[in-house]
Amino acid sequence: MAFSLLPSRWHESPWRWRMIAIPRDAGAHLLIWTAALIVCAAFVAVLYDVVREGGALLSLDFVIQPTADLGRAGGIGPILVSTGMILLVCLLAVLPLGLGCAIWLSEFREDHGVSGRFVRRSLDVLAGLPSIVFGLFGYTFFCQALGLGFSILSGGLTLACMVLPVFIRAVEVALRAVPHELRAASAALGFSKTARIHRFVLPAAVPGVVVGVILGIGRALAETAALLFTSGYVTRMPESFSDSGRALSVHVYELAMNVPGGDAVAYASALVLVIFLIGINMLATALVQHWQRRKGWVTA
Amino acid sequence: MTKKQDRPSFQPWLRHQEEADCCEPEPLIRARNLSLRYGERVAFEDVSLDVNAGCITALVGPSGCGKTSFLNCINRMTDLFPKVAVTGELELAGINLLDPRLDVIALRRRVGLVFQQPNPFPLSIRRNLELPLREHGMRSRAARTDAIEEALIEVGLWEEVKDRLDTPAMALSGGQQQRLCIARALVLSPEVLLMDEPCSALDPLAGEVIENLIDELRGRVTVLIVTHNLAQAQRLADWAALFWKQGDAGRLVEYGAVQQIFEAPREKLTAAYVRGRSG
Repeated sequence: MAFSLLPSRWHESPWRWRMIAIPRDAGAHLLIWTAALIVCAAFVAVLYDVVREGGALLSLDFVIQPTADLGRAGGIGPILVSTGMILLVCLLAVLPLGLGCAIWLSEFREDHGVSGRFVRRSLDVLAGLPSIVFGLFGYTFFCQALGLGFSILSGGLTLACMVLPVFIRAVEVALRAVPHELRAASAALGFSKTARIHRFVLPAAVPGVVVGVILGIGRALAETAALLFTSGYVTRMPESFSDSGRALSVHVYELAMNVPGGDAVAYASALVLVIFLIGINMLATALVQHWQRRKGWVTA
Repeated sequence: MTKKQDRPSFQPWLRHQEEADCCEPEPLIRARNLSLRYGERVAFEDVSLDVNAGCITALVGPSGCGKTSFLNCINRMTDLFPKVAVTGELELAGINLLDPRLDVIALRRRVGLVFQQPNPFPLSIRRNLELPLREHGMRSRAARTDAIEEALIEVGLWEEVKDRLDTPAMALSGGQQQRLCIARALVLSPEVLLMDEPCSALDPLAGEVIENLIDELRGRVTVLIVTHNLAQAQRLADWAALFWKQGDAGRLVEYGAVQQIFEAPREKLTAAYVRGRSG
């Protein structure tokens, strides 16, 4: 053979029969695994800390009892109810508005049209705005200008303003990822544009929409600053949506910063928050799978 | 009506006959000086041809000479792409297809389209056929069931799938998926069926099944088929049109009965192409 990749005298070498690969990608593998491990370790560390400090306090009583002694004693029952109500208001505002806007962006605008680009740019700026700005806006607009006062309604709507940019962009990406073949196939069969979106594009994008919802809920549940200004921080059980109420994250913040001796309860509340988030995540994933199986919709 | 296979492939006495023997040429689709441009780029220019009712017409020619674009004009799939401009005249049974006020949905019901890649919806086999029927107003479940069975029998898929109509269409083989797509187009009983290289993504055996199926449609549906397979065009079609890229735009070089195109081409380009010398 005139040309060989093997070293000259290879046929005499004792390594000839040992087909052991030289680990060529070792460096890259090491870097990638290290990065993944660091991220996982950070999550595990936070979880471990929260469970160690707050796990002991966690019980059914803690979850349903009213708060007492500025939160040092008692449970977090009313706070969970307020959180749920704020989240409900937020989602009721975000889902229709967000889906509508995302569909408009992806299905009714050309990729590089002026109006689409303007809206997209605005959303990206809004998504990066510090939450305190949303809090101030919510306070002047919902609480004062619209006269909603410190209420769960004001808080939920302010959160909706915060969540919308993230949600719309996530849904838009999901809608754009729907393969062109699906749109072309349905158009060629004479489906109207509405039917095309409602029967094929949206169902194909459902997993992405759910990711958007989970991201949005995550952002909403984590929010403190915007809620301090809008839904207030009273700890009693809210009587209606126009009542003031304290969200779970606000509770954690108050106990950790303003209530001496509230650390243990703060940790326990944070633990409930984490469990709540994980629960929503798992529930959403299970719902998507169930829905897809029922409809016979397979994503390839 | 004689089938293509029954006829000998070489009939010297028919050398100069300019009409196909499947049917009386009766124009259904009429294109005059039709041009299409995507923004600055011209896809094809100045195409004038009559597609005859009930016949199979093959569009042949090298890639990028506007065959698929021409096909897309006929059911206005061109509307899906931004910045497409179609000029000239295009009529289906006397209806102006370029009219912006045209009911495109009704048009697409009359003119079906089968794509190169099989693209069933990621739903069950039944839903694939049921949704188009429902969209076009077939309310009765019994009528839909009958129409679905009829369409599946027509494409020879019924025996293979009748026990698993509710399983995912994506689990079918490529050839079966393509037949399902043809059934999905046929279930709306279209007058015209446009086919964009329907066999080229399939293995030869599956392609042959599709080819026989198209052959069966002769006389009932007007078929326009884009193909790169000259032997297939010769076997299957009654009429053939050769497109060629001249300058920077596709043009129609020659159009006539398939035997005339393959055995007595008038243009040098056609003669060279059918003999496999260029393209």
